[in-house]
Amino acid sequence: MAPHIGVLALQGAVAEHERALRASGAEVRKVRRPSELEGLDGLVVPGGESTAMARLAAPVHLMPAIREHLDDGMAVFGTCAGLILAADTVSDAEALKGFERIRGLGVVVRRNAYGSQLSSFEDRLEVDGLDSPLPAVFIRAPIIEEVTSPEVEVLAESHGNPVAVRQGKILAASFHPELTPDFRLHQLFTDMCAE
Amino acid sequence: MTSTADNNATPATGATTVNTGLAQMLKGGVIMDVVTAEQATIAEEAGAVAVMALERVPADIRATGGVSRMSDPDLITGIIDAVSIPVMAKARIGHFVEAQILEHLKVDYIDESEVLSPADYVHHIDKSKFKVPFVCGATNLGEALRRITEGASMIRSKGEAGTGDVSEAMKHIRTINSEIAQLRSMAEDELYVAAKELQAPYDLVRQVAKDGRLPVVMFVAGGVATPADAAMMMQMGADGVFVGSGIFKAGNPAARAAAIVKATTYYDDPAVIAEVSKGLGEAMVGLNVSDLPAPHRLAERGW
Repeated sequence: MAPHIGVLALQGAVAEHERALRASGAEVRKVRRPSELEGLDGLVVPGGESTAMARLAAPVHLMPAIREHLDDGMAVFGTCAGLILAADTVSDAEALKGFERIRGLGVVVRRNAYGSQLSSFEDRLEVDGLDSPLPAVFIRAPIIEEVTSPEVEVLAESHGNPVAVRQGKILAASFHPELTPDFRLHQLFTDMCAE
Repeated sequence: MTSTADNNATPATGATTVNTGLAQMLKGGVIMDVVTAEQATIAEEAGAVAVMALERVPADIRATGGVSRMSDPDLITGIIDAVSIPVMAKARIGHFVEAQILEHLKVDYIDESEVLSPADYVHHIDKSKFKVPFVCGATNLGEALRRITEGASMIRSKGEAGTGDVSEAMKHIRTINSEIAQLRSMAEDELYVAAKELQAPYDLVRQVAKDGRLPVVMFVAGGVATPADAAMMMQMGADGVFVGSGIFKAGNPAARAAAIVKATTYYDDPAVIAEVSKGLGEAMVGLNVSDLPAPHRLAERGW
């Protein structure tokens, strides 16, 4: 049976993830409220602005609700802003101070660590488990500065930093697999949700 | 495990996917006009996905008149330092040196904007020469496609800035939607003439006919002043909303900004929009577009 996967639709690249997930064989729906998490095998937290998402999630307590479902076995895939929201620690968290995040991924991330949009770039990554390079688009991307849990598996690196990681039911990338037509990372997540 | 690129090499930047992609990350969000670093902080705190730096908000440009230009670089740098979200800044239509300055200051997006006084009444900036992305205004599909041809990575429908009157924003998004729908219904051999009539390149016209949407993200701008205005634009198919004078010319900017952000996310839920619309204090006073003499209509700038 096709896994049911939600895309957090507060703001950001929602439609792009929906398209990639459908192509990977998932049943897809948007999530903007805690009740919409019921029955999901997985949730994608898309790229966008983590500050805006954290503020939109707060009044309905969506971040703690996602964490509860994660602890109950729902998988989570965070890309860019989603990585920031899933990380245990954000080293420059001033603009997120006082707002709940999902947490659970044993890494330290720094927001916009490459600099302004002029430093955004594309790369091709060797990813563990994929037999050929994966195109990757980095847009004002966060950097994983440090891996703090031994359970974190680094799947890919770029310029010396981890850029795709997995810890149990959490998959995260600092780039945007939803912006390229290569959906192998979405396929990997869809398979994780079907497990 | 390792990148295939040389780790010492500078990553290749400025590619289209990176620049159109940043606009995709802003979707479903609100971009707010700010004049000072203090206003930028209020905007970020309210949940803006980006801020737009300009010298004066459009309502003040209307009130005081005169030539309106790019902001003082000090103010732009102050805004960049004050917030963690992307910073956009306006350059005059055709003023490629203002654009060079803004790129040098490392803004994240340049808005080649009709809200400022045009520097060139014939040519727009050749945006393909820049690494930094551009957003441009459009009142119809042909204008949007001409800007994309020149290198724009994002489009905003123009509306009529500084009025608080949403009717022009509505007119422009309806026009663009209806022109796209017409292209979709055409036979392939009719698209050549359609391209001629739209004054846009055939390849782009064909792509729009096939996809049923612009090849880049399209926000709505110009006259959005309330949560309901923002939600209506989202229901019309906008990818997101720019709010200019509507916030900082209103009674309680912080509360109104946060309410417009919520209404943009929950645009199809009247219960949420009703709730966030309560107790916001005075909206900006506003001007009816129909009362504006034609020379004072900003949307008519740009060609």
